[in-house]
Amino acid sequence: MDDKPIILQNYEFGAKINSISGENVNLCYQCKKCASGCPVSYLMDYHPNQIIHATRLGLQELVLNSKTIWLCSSCETCTTRCPQEIDIRKVLDAIRSVAVSEKIKSKAFGIEAFYKTALNNIRLFGRIYELGLIGELKLRTLEFMKDFGLGIKMIKKGKLKFLPTFKGFFAVKRIFKRVKKDL
Amino acid sequence: MEYAYYPGCSLHSTGREFDDSTKAVFSKLGVKLVEPKSWICCGSTPAHGLSNLLGLSLPYHNLLEIEKTNLKEVIVPCASCFARFKSAQYETENNKEVLKKIVDAVGGELNSAIKVSHPLEILSNMDFIKNLSRMVTRDLSNLKVACYYGCLLTRPPKVMQFDECEYPMSMDNVLRAVKVKTLDWSYKTDCCGGALALSKAEIVRKLTNEILQNAKEVGANAISVACPLCHANLDIRQEEIEKEYNVKYDIPVFYFTQILALAMGFSARELGIEKHFVTASKLLGNGKSGVSNE
Repeated sequence: MDDKPIILQNYEFGAKINSISGENVNLCYQCKKCASGCPVSYLMDYHPNQIIHATRLGLQELVLNSKTIWLCSSCETCTTRCPQEIDIRKVLDAIRSVAVSEKIKSKAFGIEAFYKTALNNIRLFGRIYELGLIGELKLRTLEFMKDFGLGIKMIKKGKLKFLPTFKGFFAVKRIFKRVKKDL
Repeated sequence: MEYAYYPGCSLHSTGREFDDSTKAVFSKLGVKLVEPKSWICCGSTPAHGLSNLLGLSLPYHNLLEIEKTNLKEVIVPCASCFARFKSAQYETENNKEVLKKIVDAVGGELNSAIKVSHPLEILSNMDFIKNLSRMVTRDLSNLKVACYYGCLLTRPPKVMQFDECEYPMSMDNVLRAVKVKTLDWSYKTDCCGGALALSKAEIVRKLTNEILQNAKEVGANAISVACPLCHANLDIRQEEIEKEYNVKYDIPVFYFTQILALAMGFSARELGIEKHFVTASKLLGNGKSGVSNE
């Protein structure tokens, strides 16, 4: 956690996140069931309930710069258990999309690189081309030797296709183009 | 009997065994699966993770492709694809504004209702359960299976509307129908780390280790899954988990359809079991099952 106090507040941030996610963070009464069930909370700088509260308070800088929004594994445990039926996964998705559109440098570079690489891959090939995805991810992260042994073994066992297909290429291109303003 | 079939990206590559074994099971049961030629990626985690609209538009487009087959029900084996299809249906049914945005993005609107089902849902039907029981030709009684459902099959319940989210039993019941013993255990729906597999493998190793540990503690000698990413995390990374945590598991990980198909007489080779990283040859070669892994 940072020890410098977070002063900047944007009172419209909460409403913005509500609008993008379609959820209402103001319903939260801090029962912490989300934080208790979250499998990745042990690594988070702010627990899910703290992110919800910070969003309500408009602590935009804290929220958009948190590791939390990137560490989320989308396991839907918090969403399932929230007594106020807030879809917390969707709230975090919304915060993440705002962070990306405001070009905030993520504290979890590798995870952001994976998301962007995967989307690039889908947009280029219509269906995920795993070798291409791994290749681009390595170029972005410069972690060339990571999982190298596993990769070779997977290729030997015929688990990775060498060539992409381009089925649905035009349909996917069209969808990405029309959604572009959202990304 | 005919269903539309959406394999998704993984089932055409790293999860190929899931595709092969699912098709094997349904062909034996006399069910025809029709795969639309031009399906596209459902977007999985990265799409909804960066854009809610993109994350719903990609599966919605696939529903339009399926509508063109004139079949009213689609089987989606991959848990992540299944969750995305269900989410697209849930959001468009409950929010007219979201539906409009999606229709604009994909350039079309669904005119009919399409039922999205997981193979477990279909096979849980009493008629199929009876047929499965009648078709058993191989004795798999030495298997003690921990059924791992993962996160997305049953959560969140109001979207997925499938089985029981805290302690599901559909996979257990389907395997029990072919006389395979399944165990009670505590990690049925605990997250394996999912899509963090490529970016934060250490998280996957920690979470997956806990799953493997509990499976071992209850005496499992096999784990059964219904998701290609869960399979990859539990199988491909098992050896490095053993090294990191200084433990020995040697627990082969099967897709539940591979176990069903084995029971119905298919060979291990036909079901791609030799592609697994954790070998099943000892488990399947011993005892009365007599299945060679080669």
